[in-house]
Amino acid sequence: MRLIFEKHKEGRRGFSYAKPGVPAARPLDARYRRKDNPHLASLSELDVVRHYTNLSRLNFSVDTNFYPLGSCTMKYNPKFTERIAGLEGFSGVHPLLPQLSGGGMLAQGSLEVLHATERLLAEITGMCAFTMQPLAGAHGELTGAMLIAAYHKDRGARRKYVIIPDSSHGTNPASAAIAGYEVKVIKTSPEGYMDMQEYKKSLDKDTAAVMLTCPDTLGIFNPRIKEIADMAHEAGALMYYDGANLNALLGKARPGDIGFDVVHINLHKTFATPHGGGGPGSGPVGVSDRLVDFLPIPRVTQRTDGTYALDYHRHKTVGYIAPFYGNFGVILKAYAYMLRLGKEGLIEAAEAAVLNANYCRVKLKGHYDLVFDKTCMHECVFSASRQVKNGVHAIDIAKYLIDQGYHPPTVYFPLIVKEALMIEPTETESKETLDSFIGTMIEIARLAEEDPARLKEAPLRMPVKRLDETKAAREPNLRWQP
Amino acid sequence: MNYIPHTDKDIKEMLAAIGVSSVEDLFNDIPVALGPKSFDIAPGRSEFEVTQALKNLAAKNATHLTNFVGAGFYDHFIPAAVDAVVSRPEFYTAYTPYQPECSQGWLQAIYEYQTVICELTGLDVANASLYDGGTALYEAAMMAVRLTGRNKIIMDSGVNLIYRTMLYTYTSNLSVEFMEVPVAHGQSSRQELLKHLDDKTAAVILQNPNFFGAVDDHSDIVKEVHKFGALAIASVYPVSLGMLKSPGEAGFDIATGEGQSLGIPLSFGGPYLGFMSARKELLRQMPGRIVGATVDIDGKRGFVLTLQTREQHIRREKATSNICSNEALCALRAVVFVALLGREGLRELAELNYQKSEFAKDALSRVAGVEVKRSSPTFNEFTVLLPRPADEVVYRMVNKGFACGFPLGRFYKGMENYLLVAVTEKRTVEEIRKLADSLEAVL
Repeated sequence: MRLIFEKHKEGRRGFSYAKPGVPAARPLDARYRRKDNPHLASLSELDVVRHYTNLSRLNFSVDTNFYPLGSCTMKYNPKFTERIAGLEGFSGVHPLLPQLSGGGMLAQGSLEVLHATERLLAEITGMCAFTMQPLAGAHGELTGAMLIAAYHKDRGARRKYVIIPDSSHGTNPASAAIAGYEVKVIKTSPEGYMDMQEYKKSLDKDTAAVMLTCPDTLGIFNPRIKEIADMAHEAGALMYYDGANLNALLGKARPGDIGFDVVHINLHKTFATPHGGGGPGSGPVGVSDRLVDFLPIPRVTQRTDGTYALDYHRHKTVGYIAPFYGNFGVILKAYAYMLRLGKEGLIEAAEAAVLNANYCRVKLKGHYDLVFDKTCMHECVFSASRQVKNGVHAIDIAKYLIDQGYHPPTVYFPLIVKEALMIEPTETESKETLDSFIGTMIEIARLAEEDPARLKEAPLRMPVKRLDETKAAREPNLRWQP
Repeated sequence: MNYIPHTDKDIKEMLAAIGVSSVEDLFNDIPVALGPKSFDIAPGRSEFEVTQALKNLAAKNATHLTNFVGAGFYDHFIPAAVDAVVSRPEFYTAYTPYQPECSQGWLQAIYEYQTVICELTGLDVANASLYDGGTALYEAAMMAVRLTGRNKIIMDSGVNLIYRTMLYTYTSNLSVEFMEVPVAHGQSSRQELLKHLDDKTAAVILQNPNFFGAVDDHSDIVKEVHKFGALAIASVYPVSLGMLKSPGEAGFDIATGEGQSLGIPLSFGGPYLGFMSARKELLRQMPGRIVGATVDIDGKRGFVLTLQTREQHIRREKATSNICSNEALCALRAVVFVALLGREGLRELAELNYQKSEFAKDALSRVAGVEVKRSSPTFNEFTVLLPRPADEVVYRMVNKGFACGFPLGRFYKGMENYLLVAVTEKRTVEEIRKLADSLEAVL
């Protein structure tokens, strides 16, 4: 499709404002004014709406396609939450309104949403308190790592390392580094768990924390998780829970009960807020009692008369990690979702997610190499190593799936699995959808044997064929040039 | 309610295929001792019930007030077409466009967004967006630290206090040293800034218009900054760029800012949009996702996420940033908003804000006891000195139906009697007149 700038027509207008209706002011001195003329397209409203509507049609999305993207929990996003987030009473509230009078009395509705969501998440995860401020999962990780640093500093210790398994998300080590930590990587044992011997060896008085995803990125729940936590605590280290995979555990186990001290949750995964093409997300962080004092400010508190206030006076706080109270619009949708599901709905979500993943696992394991052949949680990880023998790689499988109308699973992650295909169907997909996806995957396995060239040339039905990513990186063309 | 499609028959068949007798069996890896100690959550409610409950909460927020509060976050009008486009589920229920062939719509939209940010800021390259203006500023500061190998940052105190505080929080475990320079007569103090500038300086951070609304031309400062081999970072308000000198024109190396004013609702502080652009020489140290144009095997133009070797999922602890997502849907709002307005519309919007704000200055300066500060030009926000604490006045004005401004004493000691007033295009002549009359009545 042509770019919006390539549709520009001088003199055309898509929007206009009412006349100012005020006497003309003295013009701003020319030295403060811009002299260049930004090249922005001039178009009609229809031009703009048609352009972006047609662009939208070039995307796969949950509402149009099965999207079994492992680790991303692409479940259905209920429509009513969009309507609630659009209510003027929420979307129109200026974040500084609580500053204007009576300590938050002008924004009681929004403050109640924040407070109630914190309490719900605390109950779901077994944590003591939550901050809703982190603006995304990785931002939650950074906040969590900073809380850990503040905790150790407060105790007069300067601990140097964070222990992270090699199956972790890339954000884990990156977040730890920004909080000032060096990273010790622990390898995964042949059974699919963090290697306990290496873990024992690495754990010492310089260990600040152990960062784990649970169930891990292989979709496996480590039955020795409590032992890992106890050992960390014995060494004076804290336990960090990457909540990317919390969906599998709703009502089944709580990170707080296991012994985790810091938890971040991706509301856009477990709590069904839309991924928005890559954001906005929301990454609230929950903590055990020993970390409550360090949480970012402001804290939303409830007064004895039941009203809500903002507390800025916490002398041990790490400070401000967001401009205000978090991605409120996203938090609101997650809150509405939790109210709607309730206790039973949340448990059923975890159960159906795990059921769907295991169904895919069992149906496909005769056709692809299952990395660890055991019951999985919300996702299952295959390797395309069998197909590689015929020259077919995970990427080829992904591209052929696109032509069949499926968003591919996550490929090449976790990094420790060669040719990884990570399938997370989520609980909102029906047996019919899974069966037809499984059928396509089996057909691909057959093609890999009989006609690998068919897979190598895919996709053929999309607006573009395979793109030259090397050229994109070598000769960066990152903007339209007039 | 749970949005799960399975019938009892489905579940039975699926369990049989897996070879277990119940769903509980699939959770056997979780030791019994690790079962939840409590899971005290209320039962689910109908869509109608939840909607009503939340409508009742929304009604507890004071959105009836006529809004003159800005302080970096502005009440601009959002055309309906913006909402219509971002409501397309093909946009909002998609994930990050890692599979380019089935994500060309998103990738092209972000490429267009990057172009808009470059054009507005007058710089060469932009990323696909960051969380908000504060995190964008932090990322810019760290870019400068990496690029110069130095760790001293000079920051004008005209930079939004919220952002300055965020920068301190983020760098508390890193060896970065900050020097804050007071503002003189509204604008950046040349004398103070240059005094601290030395060959240890990684960057100087300036904001335009600054937190007090003052408009400045920073080109003279930027020249001095470059003499010391440091980088100049601007934090800017994009709507003002319809009219004000762009960071590129003033010679800045990196521009960042909060994009909320470009079609994004105030929504109690988020989701917002952090934008960042820079000179092309600095590209490899830029954090966040970046979209680039390339060709497919037939030579047809297409778009991909590119330069990913900077990013956490590949570089892990050595990445330029831990940032993983962007604020794509907010970036889409911004690009659609700018496309609707076009170059003329954006200029008209900026001009309207300026004109109405100047009108409000005149109206307020006629109120007895109110002094409008005029030591420097402003865009759409300005400070007024009141004869009594602004906190009190603001409280009384709420009863008159106004959020009349931000009491600066909340952020600055010694400024208890100062009020920061923002006037966007949404404010009418009648509202401004009534603001002045009401102020007269409560003083």
